[in-house]
Amino acid sequence: MSPSHFVALAVILFVIGAVGVLVRRNALVIFMCVELMLNAVNLAFVAFARQHANLDGQVIAFFVMVVAAAEVVVGLAILMTIFRARRSASVDEANLLKY
Amino acid sequence: MTAGHLLAAGQAESTGASVTFWVLAVISVAAGIGMILARRAVHCAVLLAVVMLSLAILYAVAGAPFLAFVQIIVYTGAVLMLFLFVLMIVGVSSKDSMRETIPGQRLAAGVAAIALLVLLSLIIGHAAIGPAAPGGPRYGVSNVRGLATLIFTRYVFPFEVTAALLITAALGAMVLAHRERATPKPTQRELSQQRVAGSHPTPLPGPGVYARHNAVDFPALLPDGSPSELSVNPIIAERVWEGEPGRVPLPPGGAEPLPPGNAESAATADRDAGPESADAASVSTGRAGTEPGEARP
Repeated sequence: MSPSHFVALAVILFVIGAVGVLVRRNALVIFMCVELMLNAVNLAFVAFARQHANLDGQVIAFFVMVVAAAEVVVGLAILMTIFRARRSASVDEANLLKY
Repeated sequence: MTAGHLLAAGQAESTGASVTFWVLAVISVAAGIGMILARRAVHCAVLLAVVMLSLAILYAVAGAPFLAFVQIIVYTGAVLMLFLFVLMIVGVSSKDSMRETIPGQRLAAGVAAIALLVLLSLIIGHAAIGPAAPGGPRYGVSNVRGLATLIFTRYVFPFEVTAALLITAALGAMVLAHRERATPKPTQRELSQQRVAGSHPTPLPGPGVYARHNAVDFPALLPDGSPSELSVNPIIAERVWEGEPGRVPLPPGGAEPLPPGNAESAATADRDAGPESADAASVSTGRAGTEPGEARP
């Protein structure tokens, strides 16, 4: 299995995640799409680690996972706070800073 | 994948890896597309779990068994469960509105996506990624040991910083999710005074529970055989009525209608926030699948 196939799959998943972030309105779904993009990048890291027979790529992917977990915890807590104040998880509702 | 690489890497193993890759690639791309098309956030979460599990297997195929297990435990186990918990609080049945609030946004997003895809494809096409290095299969044997050596030698400082990051994230989540009380907490004396001042000083009757059903939406029977409407939580009764009309828990006109003041005092003790407990109530009613009048004397 050539690593280029893995990288191509990572590109496709990354673009799908980017489209989701651009199109969806629910903040939770946007978060999930960001997670999908992070996963795609992790797949590319693993593929390149395999190509070079070098474990550094896997270590970086591991760190990406840890940072993503921390990001999800804080992001969901912010989302909860917004939901408590606005009773909505839609990104269109949180527009107090717009004007 | 060239024929020479196939011969070099061993026919059987490489074919198995190829089949696994293609199957999982199709599954993950389909689940990803379904994720951005599904209207309900719960469906998105489930499809994201499918993508993450396929990626975990792909990591194992690509010679990263440790990352495969971390992917399953951290992402599918922890992160997605966190998503689902927040979904339960925000509202499981909340649907995304598919109305475009910014005119032309979808079109612009599609153009941007195609541009991004072309750009990344060009970059990768020009990079001329070759086959896996000859040491490829060997480095996967002692994968965990190799990763541990790297993390605790070359990457030990980022590892320590990661610990600080995790602690900061946990503290931040606690600070953000903490809710200040707007009013002082009522003492036991005030609670008892409220109870006596209300119209129903004694504890409310519990729901009727039969041997065949553990059903909180079934009313208890009074000594004269009539069902007691006070024994069913008003939230549950409302949910069942609006959700499934075939399973009305109370026979019409069977008991005295609940006075509005009584309905308020019935659930104030353990109900402080509306949608959370309402969702929990709807979850519990979903289990009580019974026919109307089946087990009712």
